[in-house]
This record gives sequence, C-alpha cells and structure tokens, in this order.
Amino acid sequence: MAGTITFEPEDRYNAFLTHGKNVSHGSGKLAGVAVAIKDNITTKDIETTCASKILKGYVPPYDAHVIGLLKAEGAAIVGKTNMDEFGMGSSTENSAFGPTLNPCDTSRVPGGSSGGSAAAVAAGMVRMALGSDTGGSIRCPASFCGIVGLKPSYGRVSRYGLIAYSNSLEQIGPLGKTTTDVSTLMSVIAGYDRHDTTSQNKPYNHTPDAKIKGLKIGIPQEYFGKGVDPQVGDVVKRAIGRLEELGATTVPCSIPSMEYALAAYYVTCTCEASSNLARFDGVRYGPAPDTKKPWHDAYTEVRSAAFGTEVRRRIMLGTFALSSGYYGKYYAKAQVARANVRADFNRIFKDVDVIAGPTMPTVAFRLKEKSDPLSMYLADILTVPANLAGIPAISVPCGKSEGMPVGLQIMGRMFEDERIVDVAYAYEQAVS
Amino acid sequence: MADPDGQVIVGLEVHCQLDTKSKLFCGCSTDYRNDGPNTHVCPICLGLPGAMPALNRRAIEYAMKVAKALNCEILNESEFSRKNYFYPDLDKAYQITQYDKPLAEGGYLEIESDEGGERKIRLTRIHVEEDPGRLVHMGNVERGKYSLVDYNRAGIPLIEIVSEPDMRSPKEARKFLNKLRATLEYLNVFDSEKEGSIRVDANISITGSERVEVKNITSYKGVEKALTFEVTRQKNLIRRGQKIERETRHYLEARGVTQAGRSKEQEHDYRYFPEPDLRPLRVKSWLDNIVLPELPDARRERFMADYGCSLNHARTLTGELKLANFFEKVVASDKRGLSPLAATWIADTLIGELNYRDMNLDRIEPAAVTGLVLLLKAGTITDKSGVEVLRIMLDQQLKGEAAETPDAIVKRQNLAKTAGDTGAITAAIEEAINENPKALDDYRAGKSGAQNFLVGQVMKKTRGKADPAELNRLLTEALKRWEA
Repeated sequence: MAGTITFEPEDRYNAFLTHGKNVSHGSGKLAGVAVAIKDNITTKDIETTCASKILKGYVPPYDAHVIGLLKAEGAAIVGKTNMDEFGMGSSTENSAFGPTLNPCDTSRVPGGSSGGSAAAVAAGMVRMALGSDTGGSIRCPASFCGIVGLKPSYGRVSRYGLIAYSNSLEQIGPLGKTTTDVSTLMSVIAGYDRHDTTSQNKPYNHTPDAKIKGLKIGIPQEYFGKGVDPQVGDVVKRAIGRLEELGATTVPCSIPSMEYALAAYYVTCTCEASSNLARFDGVRYGPAPDTKKPWHDAYTEVRSAAFGTEVRRRIMLGTFALSSGYYGKYYAKAQVARANVRADFNRIFKDVDVIAGPTMPTVAFRLKEKSDPLSMYLADILTVPANLAGIPAISVPCGKSEGMPVGLQIMGRMFEDERIVDVAYAYEQAVS
Repeated sequence: MADPDGQVIVGLEVHCQLDTKSKLFCGCSTDYRNDGPNTHVCPICLGLPGAMPALNRRAIEYAMKVAKALNCEILNESEFSRKNYFYPDLDKAYQITQYDKPLAEGGYLEIESDEGGERKIRLTRIHVEEDPGRLVHMGNVERGKYSLVDYNRAGIPLIEIVSEPDMRSPKEARKFLNKLRATLEYLNVFDSEKEGSIRVDANISITGSERVEVKNITSYKGVEKALTFEVTRQKNLIRRGQKIERETRHYLEARGVTQAGRSKEQEHDYRYFPEPDLRPLRVKSWLDNIVLPELPDARRERFMADYGCSLNHARTLTGELKLANFFEKVVASDKRGLSPLAATWIADTLIGELNYRDMNLDRIEPAAVTGLVLLLKAGTITDKSGVEVLRIMLDQQLKGEAAETPDAIVKRQNLAKTAGDTGAITAAIEEAINENPKALDDYRAGKSGAQNFLVGQVMKKTRGKADPAELNRLLTEALKRWEA
C-alpha cells in the first residue's frame, strides 16, 4: 500500500451520483490515485444507475473489465459520476438526478454525456476519471470544462461492463487535467479482453513525446465552416499555428461525407439503443412492475415512468428505424454513410498523420439553453465522425472564448492513439 | 384451386439443442438437470447491463459438423443478429440468432419416402442461436397467481434446421425428424433425452391453399399428430368451401390439437439487425478439420453387407444410435452366426416389448439378449418361450428385481423345449382331441382351421415348450389314426 488517496469529497457541481464507501486502494501504477467512474461503467457492490430512474438501486454483482484493471494498478474508485441518462445527451442535463454544473461557470453545462467525470476532474476533486464516448461524450465535456479527454480507437479498450448505449460506436476512455494523466490512465485500461470479442490485442504502453517535427496535419474545411462559432474557430486556428511553430505542416482537406455523418450517427445509435435498453423492464432490477397487471401492461408502465424524455425519444426513433420495411431505408443506409466516412478518413490519412479542428462548434452553452433536441444533436457534428470511423480522437484545452475553455481536437489513424497523444502533449508543453 | 384431395406439403423448422458443456456465449454449464432454478447463470446469460457475449467455439464446431453431415454449404461470412421482442423469459429482450447471413445454406437429408425407396428432403439453411429462459407458471397460465423465471436454459446453444417444403405427409415429416435425430446422435452433438432438446415448427399446406404454421411441437410423435390433425382440419374446411387462412397455430400436446395463435395485427416485428457485440464469423476453413463419423445411411449399408440384415431391419436398427450399438454388442461374439436371429429379435420383438413397458433400451444388457439368442439358435427353447424369457427379464428390470440370465429363467420356469419327449406331447394331443370333439368333427369334414386350432390347444397344454415341427408331425399322425 503506497501513498494516500487524494480526493476532495465536497461536490459543489453535482458531479457525483454515488460516493464509494470505505474506499481502499492497492499498489501499482495508480496507487492511491482517486479515479472517478462514469455511472454507466459497472462497479461491483457500488450502485450503477446510468443516471436513470430505471436502474435506481441496481448494485451490480460484477466489475467492468476496466475496473478490474484499475484496481489491479492500485487505483481508488472514489465514486460514480453524473451523466446524461444512458449517455444520451451533450450537456449532462438529461440526468434523472439533476444536472452537473460546469466548474468554470456554474451557469453553464459541463458538456456530456460524461459531464460528471469532466467536472470532477476540472474541479480538482479527482486527478482522473473514466468516461465513455459514443458520439463525443468524452471530448465534449473535456472541451467544455477545459481538461483533456481521449476517445480511444474502437476495440482498444474492453467495453465489457460498459452499459451499452450504442455498441458499435462507443469506447471507454480517460479524462484528466493533463495529457500525461490521460496517457497513464489509457495505459492501464487498454488491451485485449476475451470477454469483449470486439476488443483488439493492442495494449498501450506509451510515454508522451513532444517531438512533432515533420508531422503533417490535415485541416478539414468542414471543421471551420457552417455551424462552427468563428471565435472558437479562431482560437483553434491559433493553436494549430503553435503546432506549426513546433515543426508540423498543415494540409487543407475535406470530409464530404460529413454531410451525412450526423444522420448516420443518430440512426445507428438510436437503433442500437432501442435494442440495448429493451431489457430494462423492471423484472430483474429497477422499479418493480405491478405484478397484478398483465406483463406487457406492467412493462409499459415501468418503462414510461422510469425512462426520461430523451431516452424515450431515442428508443422510439430507433424502434421505428428498425421496423419492418424501414431497415433498408435507415439502418442499412446509415451503415453505408458510415463506410463513406471511414473511406474519407482513409483517403485523407494517406497524405496526413493527424487531422485537427475544434472539438465542439461552440463553448459550453448555458443550462437549459438548448431546449429543442435537434439543436442539441447539432452540437455533436464535429465529434461523431471519429466514432463513425472508429478512429482515435483527443480533446486538449487550447485557449478561451467568451472566457470559456475551447478544445482542440486531434484525430488519428486507426490504432494510432499514441500519435494523437503526442500531438496533444506537444501543444500542452508548448503553451505551459 | 382449393382441392380437398390436393397434395399435402410440409416443411419443418427444427430447433435442436447442441450438447456442449457450456452455454453459447458464456462459460455457464449446460447441465442443470439436478440443480435448482437460476443456479447456472452469470452476468452474460442473465443479460445484466454491460455484460457482453463471447462466442463458444465448440458450439460453432458442432453446428458445422451437422452442416457437413447434411451436405450444406458453409457461408464464407455469416453473422449474428438480434431478434428483438419482449417476453419475461427473454432477459435481454432480444435473442441472439442468425438472420440474413446464417452459418450454412442448402444441403439435404434422405428419408424413406411413403412410396418406399429413398427421397431427398432439401434443406434451406442451418443457423445458430441461443435459447431464452423458461417461465414456470404457478398454477396455470391464465389463472395462476404469478410466474417465475428460470434462466438456467438461457443461452443454451441451439441450431435451427430449416427444410424446404419437400415432405408430402405427416408420416414423412416424422421420418425426417427421426432421421435427423439419428444423424445428430451419430455426430455426437446432440442428446435426444435431454428435456427440451428438440422443438419443431411445421409449415403445412394443401396445394391451392394458403399455408399454416404450427408452432410449439416438442416431441417426435407430436409432429405426426399435429400435422395429421391439421390435414384433417384443412381438408374439412376446403370441403365445406371455406378458405384456409394464412395463420400461426399452436400445438397443444396434451389434447393433440392445434389452436389459432395471435392474429396478423399482433404479429411481432422482430426488428432484426446485426449483433454489434460479435464480429462476423469466417469459419469456412474449419471444415478441413472436421472429420465425420459413420452416419446412419452408411451404417445401414454396412449392417446389410456385414450382418446380412434385411433393408427393413437394417433401417430400424441403425435408426437410433443406441439401438445400432446395442445390436453390434449383442452379435459381437459371432457376427454371422447370431445376426439373423438377433436382428429379428431386436428389431421386431425387443423394441415392441420395450415400448409396451415404456422402457428405455439402457435397461437391458446386450449380454442378456445374446444369451437369449444363443438359446434360440441352439433350439433349446421355442420362439414362444423366447418371448416369455424376454418378458420375464424386462419385468424383473422394471420391478427392480435381481436380474436372472436367460439360462436361469429357462431352468427355473422349465421352459426348455420338450424335444425328444414325444410322450408329453402325445399325451397332450390325446387330451386336446378328447376335450374338443367338435374340432375332430370339423377335421373330418375337411375344415382346414381345425388342425391349427388343435395345435394351439396342445401348445397351451405344453406351455409353449413343444417344438412346433414335432408337434405338427405327431398331431398329423394322431389325426390320421382318428380318421381311420
């Protein structure tokens, strides 16, 4: 047992849903390091709710693969963090247990869906945290809260124990104040797991290296176009300028398939979600159904009452899109669009090493500012392409706009997570 | 045109449990027979949030063995899909199955057609899927207070074998199923004695009319019964000038009838899509390492060639793996010498006596049957006594009494043929003639049945021990004397 747990328990931003009891730690790479865990990652004996009423009181009998790895390296699991219910949202306002506030400005959202994890790190409660990223859910709150967040390449981190929202898109990933912390946490959680047969035998044993001389950076025009706040764009352009000063060269490029990326993303994730969330029927966990009623009535009652509005909306959208006669029109088409996004990235990565742009089109918006779902969906436009393609992407703080943090997003070739970490690290070193 | 005498057309979808040690997507043991409910479960087969399936390689190997034996083509790439529907026994609210890219396509199974001879029943596909859990109703479904769920079955590996509509009668459907069972048993991938090891949905139509799907058939006999019921029902409807509705019906095993199921409006839309937690299967190359054992058809040919069995006997004996093995053990000490008698006695007599007692073949030792066949071959006992010895042996087993050898039974019951003891037979003949003067009159009047009647009477008196040939000779002599 080395070190003591450094954890600031006062939760001014509603970042945590559950605090760990009798938190202990072992020895290893993360001995004594307080790590916060997004509440959609299963933790043995610690309530895991996905910020949903439907899982209130559910205490899993097993640990997610990544939790086992954290424990093996001595980390202290200090609690479970708030999120948009089941990961559905970009502001952490869709939590059944109240929103998390942005520590940089409490009138603003922390981003989402891993808002609790990002806020806990930004507020200094914990040194690092785990989040999950389905369409930007690590990078968005990292950007809004001014910290570093990495969405690993698909398959690099086991999803076993991550309560699925959209299996084919999401990855568990690290959040931290610095690229080094993010890299350290990544080195603990990455690698093959036989329980997740979509995982790859690609462990991450990397120490960030700031030498980026000769690096070719693709700058996609779409990342600075319509819908992107010009001020945010300017901050990011200046940051890219710093990378050029470090010896990198930039190449303009284009991702034409981005026109369909958001649609492809929302069709895919709602379809998968409608199936993933069907198991929450009150029979095995969550609020017990009225057993006097026929089972289908009882199911309907439980599901109508315990799922939030956004979750119900996405379940209905996905159910519709998968229904007979519509599969070809929606799900199958979305997969074609996905393949096009992948093809665009492959083409661009023939000429460049990484692609850079803003993480989010704006800085953190105000609580309740985005009341209609579509405007909220549009906030994901710059993050979903990486999920559709499966490639790694990192968000690193690169300045401010309106006094709020702006994130620089760096995307890399499949399984070249190390390279984007190096670029983020180089930037961080240059400005610190 | 609807024609009540039209051709019956049957296609089957057969779900068979693969006899693997662990479940399809987790390490839980499949052998829950002696354990309580929900004892063979884990986060994966309970569908707990966050748990993911990991494919059991052995289950795919077993399924491929079946595919190869049934002459199917393994697809270069197949994939698992989710079949989404709500039901309390389905813990994830979807079943992981295969949809538009099954493991294997095509293939055929040969059965004995109703007209005699072999006929190929074409197969459409074979796919792999998991079984849901099981509901245990407290009381009956409608009025019971509540139901409990047992997930021990959840995740048990199944294959679904879909045939083309190539069968032409309920009987052929039964034969298809029996042949399929034999093939699966020979492959050592299937245990037909396990509860729920087979489940059949049957599609049946009469030319010119819509087809009806009959679901929920869980026994071999049930298939023939359910389809026979359907043929009668559909033909009666057509005769009365009514139309056959395209519908799904359920077979009620206890009553032997089918019942209309849910209507069209309530039909499920399963919203299939590829299972994102499993990668596509590319296993065609595994075929090279799959070695098939001797299959029923080959064994049947061998039984005819090596043991001189008739086609019918060979078909019966090889129709079940255990029976074929049993036969070979019985005749092992003297293949050529014992086979003709053993084939008849096992295929014709033993099976009937076992069925009559609802007994399993396991309850009798091959050595006991060998002993019996030896006694018959040596002429020590008559056929009639042979049946009696067999019955005594089976009854002893059934009652849990100490098993006697056939020799011991013959001695104790004094069943040895009265060969050479013409005195006893002659005495019995005299008695029989004296007691049945009418028979003698009939004989004298030239009625052919009279002598047979007297043979029966004498057999009774000698308790079946009289050698039939000798009896006939002595009786004929005696009657000639009376004639004179």
